Amino acid sequence: MKIAVCVKQVPDTWAEKKLRADDSTLDRESADGVMNELDEYAVEEALRIVEAGEGEVTIVTMGPERASETVRKALSMGADAGVHLVDDALHGSDALATSEALAKVLSGRGFDLILFGSESTDARMSVVPAMVAERLGVAQLTFAQKVTVSGGAITIERATDYGYDTVEAATPAVVSVVEKINEPRYPSFKGIMAAKKKPVETISVADAGIDQSVIGASAAWSAVVDFAVRLPKAAGTVVTDEGDGGVKIAEFLSAQKFI
Amino acid sequence: MKLSELPEYDDLRSGVRQICDQFPGQYWRDLEPDTYPQEFVTELTAAGYLAALIPEEYGGGGASLTEAAIILEEIAASGGNPAACHAQMYVMGTVLRHGSAAQKQEFLPKIAAGELRLQAFGVTEPEAGSETTAIRTKAERVPDGWRINGQKIWTSRAMYSDLMLLLARTTAVEQCAKPSDGLSTFLIDMRQATGITINPIKTMMNHNTTEVFFDDVIVPDDALVGVEGKGFKQILDGMNAERILIASECLGDGRFLLERSVNYAKERVVFGKPIGANQGVQFPLARAYAQLRAADFVRLEAARKYDAHLPCGEEANMAKYLASEASWAAANAAIDTHGGFGFAAEYDIERKFRETRLYQVAPINNNLILAFLGQHALGLPKSY
Ligand SMILES: Cc1cc2nc3c(=O)[nH]c(=O)nc-3n(C[C@H](O)[C@H](O)[C@H](O)COP(=O)(O)OP(=O)(O)OC[C@H]3O[C@@H](n4cnc5c(N)ncnc54)[C@H](O)[C@@H]3O)c2cc1C
Ligand SMILES: Cc1cc2nc3c(=O)[nH]c(=O)nc-3n(C[C@H](O)[C@H](O)[C@H](O)COP(=O)(O)OP(=O)(O)OC[C@H]3O[C@@H](n4cnc5c(N)ncnc54)[C@H](O)[C@@H]3O)c2cc1C
Repeated sequence: MKIAVCVKQVPDTWAEKKLRADDSTLDRESADGVMNELDEYAVEEALRIVEAGEGEVTIVTMGPERASETVRKALSMGADAGVHLVDDALHGSDALATSEALAKVLSGRGFDLILFGSESTDARMSVVPAMVAERLGVAQLTFAQKVTVSGGAITIERATDYGYDTVEAATPAVVSVVEKINEPRYPSFKGIMAAKKKPVETISVADAGIDQSVIGASAAWSAVVDFAVRLPKAAGTVVTDEGDGGVKIAEFLSAQKFI
Repeated sequence: MKLSELPEYDDLRSGVRQICDQFPGQYWRDLEPDTYPQEFVTELTAAGYLAALIPEEYGGGGASLTEAAIILEEIAASGGNPAACHAQMYVMGTVLRHGSAAQKQEFLPKIAAGELRLQAFGVTEPEAGSETTAIRTKAERVPDGWRINGQKIWTSRAMYSDLMLLLARTTAVEQCAKPSDGLSTFLIDMRQATGITINPIKTMMNHNTTEVFFDDVIVPDDALVGVEGKGFKQILDGMNAERILIASECLGDGRFLLERSVNYAKERVVFGKPIGANQGVQFPLARAYAQLRAADFVRLEAARKYDAHLPCGEEANMAKYLASEASWAAANAAIDTHGGFGFAAEYDIERKFRETRLYQVAPINNNLILAFLGQHALGLPKSY
């Protein structure tokens, strides 16, 4: 089974995120880059599928130069090869453009299964997996908390508010995963050493055959007009219970229009 | 907080960090005063870091010493205490370099897999610290093996290790041409040997160190590692690696202490401004930083030479000396910077302060390093 895992480098979850003053995009230089957490689960799932059967795992990322660190990280976990789409023209791309670019990179490479994390910690839109599936014209199995592969069929447990739905499709298919699915491994010492020798293909927008006019900030469907720094949190209200605690809490909640 | 920029090791650093992040200050504080970091050692072993220096043919990582040094540095820089790790990493070196094919085949793959722990190294005795050749623990030939009698002290982790590498006298010093002759190394399987008594010693930091008594302990013939009578030399030629690894732990400690202090000095406001704006606070931190950077350069050069199989005794000794002095400078500056809070366990400053102080004294004290440099680098008369 040929599996692709799309991973994204995001600013460290714990770091203070900033927008750039010049073009209102995320300032990716101001914080350390890490692999989007849910993408680690997707990499782990791909490795488990291959380890239980056979096949190979290719890591696909779109991002600036330093996103190659994230590809290496996935390779050190055990993936076989990487494809890194890097191009200044991609800067400022929205979800539609990102899905177009990724679909172009993925198509024609013969992947049976394309795995994603179900959302990124920086943008949190949760739409790219579905968009990519649509653009590739393949089935989408999203929010998987369990994936079973048998022959050419992929079955997932799709996490819902009430439990899960069982959804099945034939390969090729796109699957996005939630964190319930597994416990990602640490890269091992040997994995880190081996990753240095694994192939990573670096490609440009032109190499991937992507239409320049549909990507980048100029093609985005929304524009940031203005932004302001979040106000510091104000101190909370402390209610001292002098027999009337319940009433005071009810008054507070109703003043805030919660009840 | 970084010292030298070494992009080629960024992956390795972040790999180690990812594990260390699961073991924050709270974990290490809860181990105080003397609990062994079981879970931490298990995780690092599972990920292959502690077998890094074992060649790949025995299931290890086949790492360079530089890579091993980076691993230990990063553990210390995360706030962890790498003492248990460094022992598991390098004590096997004597077996690797001098052991028989059968010994290597029997022990190294199990050590690499984490099935066997070789973390105890018994050299020091109550009457023989810096003067190693004065040890009195003796091993005598008996049919099919050796009988060991004597006492070791400061044998760290003996209670948590399956195997111990032991230095013992096999020929009385009076019958030897030099005191460094007549010493031999043994690999003792403590799970099987009888007559070994181990008592923990309470110390200033969590180090699981012990005193060990050998009472007619019988070990088989093949417990001898390498050549009978050549034990001192066999241990000495592992010392450069040890010095470089210890230097790396000090550098990690220094990074931890300095990073915490710099952050604190930026945020703590006294007399209307951040304390870091005062030269009295800033300069000790800057001085410690300069010392750490200098020690790092020497450490990297020592490791580079070691990996290239070049003589590196001078650099390895200087690295350990400079790094242990630098981390201590950082520790003192950290306590001063944190004011009263430096003494509060919750800040992990006083713990690191205690942990890093050891390295000026053990595994070799800095006076003996200076004596080595005086004699070998400067050609002065031997002073000891
Ligand atoms: C926590 C801890 C863990 C340890 N773990 C181990 C272990 O696992 N295995 C092991 O074998 N040992 C271990 N040791 C022992 C350690 O290696 C010795 O403490 C160290 O070698 C110093 O020996 P000593 O304590 O006997 O000091 P001594 O040799 O008695 O020296 C005392 C002082 O005299 C100074 N001195 C001695 N000779 C000279 C000289 N010629 N010129 C100038 N100054 C001199 C030294 O600098 C030192 O300050 C450990 C020690 C500690 C504290
Ligand atoms: C064990 C212990 C017992 C104590 N007992 C008591 C007690 O019984 N009662 C009590 O009231 N307090 C007590 N204290 C608190 C103690 O008095 C304070 O810790 C001390 O005054 C320093 O204040 P601080 O810790 O807030 O440090 P800070 O004022 O935050 O100073 C931190 C660092 O900044 C430096 N610094 C600050 N300003 C300047 C400047 N302008 N120029 C140069 N350097 C500067 C300081 O020298 C220090 O190195 C105790 C503290 C400890 C650790």
